[in-house]
Amino acid sequence: MTLLAILGVISSAIFSGTSLLYTTLGEVIDERSGIVNLGLEGVLLVSASSGFAITSLSGSPWLGILVAVLAGGLMNMILGYLVITRKANQLASGLALMFCGFGLSALIGKSFVGVKINSLPRFLLPGLGELPRIYTSLFKFDPLIYLVIPMAFFVWWLLFRTRWGLGVRAVGENADIAYASGRNPNRIRYQALFAGGMLAGLGAGQLAIAYAMNWTEYMTAGRGFIAVALVIFSKWHPLRAIVGALLFSAAVAFQLLLQSSGVQISPFLLDTIPYLLTLIVLIAWGGNRKHSAPASLGRVYLGTE
Amino acid sequence: MLKTGEVVPRFPIFQNKTVIQIIRYLYMILLALLLFGVILFISGKNPLQAYKDILTSTLGSAYGFSEVLVSMIPMLITALAVALPARVGLINVGGEGQLYIGAAFATFGALTFSNLPAWLLLPIMILLGMLGGALWAFIPGYLKAIGLVNETITTLLLNSVAPKIVGFLIFGFWHSPKDTIKTSTFVDAARLPTFFGSRIHLGLVIGLVLLVLFWLFMKYTRWGLEMRAIGNNAQAARRNGIPLKKYLIIVMCVGGAIAGLAGMSQVSGFYGVLLLNFSMSLGFMGFMISWMAGGEPLGIVLMSFVVSVIITGGNLLQLTRGLPYSVINLLLAFTLFVVLARPSLFKGKKS
Repeated sequence: MTLLAILGVISSAIFSGTSLLYTTLGEVIDERSGIVNLGLEGVLLVSASSGFAITSLSGSPWLGILVAVLAGGLMNMILGYLVITRKANQLASGLALMFCGFGLSALIGKSFVGVKINSLPRFLLPGLGELPRIYTSLFKFDPLIYLVIPMAFFVWWLLFRTRWGLGVRAVGENADIAYASGRNPNRIRYQALFAGGMLAGLGAGQLAIAYAMNWTEYMTAGRGFIAVALVIFSKWHPLRAIVGALLFSAAVAFQLLLQSSGVQISPFLLDTIPYLLTLIVLIAWGGNRKHSAPASLGRVYLGTE
Repeated sequence: MLKTGEVVPRFPIFQNKTVIQIIRYLYMILLALLLFGVILFISGKNPLQAYKDILTSTLGSAYGFSEVLVSMIPMLITALAVALPARVGLINVGGEGQLYIGAAFATFGALTFSNLPAWLLLPIMILLGMLGGALWAFIPGYLKAIGLVNETITTLLLNSVAPKIVGFLIFGFWHSPKDTIKTSTFVDAARLPTFFGSRIHLGLVIGLVLLVLFWLFMKYTRWGLEMRAIGNNAQAARRNGIPLKKYLIIVMCVGGAIAGLAGMSQVSGFYGVLLLNFSMSLGFMGFMISWMAGGEPLGIVLMSFVVSVIITGGNLLQLTRGLPYSVINLLLAFTLFVVLARPSLFKGKKS
């Protein structure tokens, strides 16, 4: 087990954790407005495939990222129409969105399987210029990785320090009272869903265009569900989401480390760590959940008829 | 646009509730077909030809029809695994996980007792499968009953854990000498009997019988009545002396046991091996079907049939139209979208 191997593991953990953190931040915004998006997996897939397709066609990864972001927002609008305008059940609508994403992404990505694309440029982590080349190549990250932590702070600022964020949280706690105090719950929820979808799209774009640099069907492999779990783990708070994503990355890194050092622990069991840890944390909190979950999460706002 | 709660004047012919339901579903399916047709058209396929293919391949031949029935089996059972807990207000999104653990337990039986005769081995596998699913559902059921964690969250989390445990068991212990992602083929005694020389297996009968039992149980037994009482108002039911906690735990476990049975029926009746990631969202599909059917047994049969026609037809689209198999998920999703959006042709039914 060399230093190089360990650094390699950390590097790949950072890459895989970034897309997850963007996605989790997006879901935090969704859920703060009172909407559970179980279809995140589908949103990610459609964003990844459309972003990848545009990158391949136009040759510009930045355009691809932009399209991925927009695709994420638009996918969430489908959910918005179902659960906000048509007042459908959120869980069922989310699952339908997931199936839609499976199908749509397969269709979009069909002719791009195995295609090579221009990736985002990568920059060396500042201050590491002195290191030998084999080390520095591990610490060249794309701009989206550098931006992910500031983005978490930005989302925190947005939710907790702006009027808009106050509106989102108010609607998530109690849509009727938010309405009574002059806000439009439906419009705010649409906005929150669009913002959340854009962040998920950014995560998916990072995954497909900057990290994996290829498209395969179902490439997100459960990231959407992990993000939903991490939102709960982070108690619906953007900054704690950083911890959640780090935890997940650490679990991935740990698993890779063990594999490369020949320790016999099944990777399947290690994969369960993030979920079990989330469950344990939930149990440990016990009764004080009321203070963290948006109170009207999952409820249909019937409006004033 | 009609608002919830508004009463619509109906034509006399529509007085019959069943007629209304059927027309409503037909209209929705038509709308979904239209949406998917647009997608097919954009991707350069002829939608009419594709639909003709789907219909002739599924309903046009005895073989195709039998395949539809085969793919209905797990949907019937997993939908029931959602519908039953829903009667006491429990949202069981964990059918997927319970199905995996049930399949794993049943596989344990099939591999361990492989020299037993079928009449003994199959009941053992069924019981093991149900036990596995019930144990997996006990966790969310118990946590919900003591008021600690919401069952929706727990079942979702455990969904992601179960397939990995199955992977661990296959990879570490049960895989066949030639293959690391599946077990050896089960002995004949561990296979559910099939009918008419097709792939239809005993699971179909089990599923339908369970649905009838479910209907009878809810309608005619004291427990069914008490469960309905809990579903309507849990606190009122508790104050009237109904043991709420006991009901929540038991009903959740029974739901899990049913999902576990679906897993058993898939590995024993359909595949004949335990395969890595074999379910492919069957549990989620069951949730959707149960939700769309409003938890009613007849509706579950109807919706399972529609979904099965779509899924089975999708196989053919892949072969003849050069489309990826998952594209059929789009038709499924559009059907779901349309049902969820409850187009306002008639008064939206509350489920």
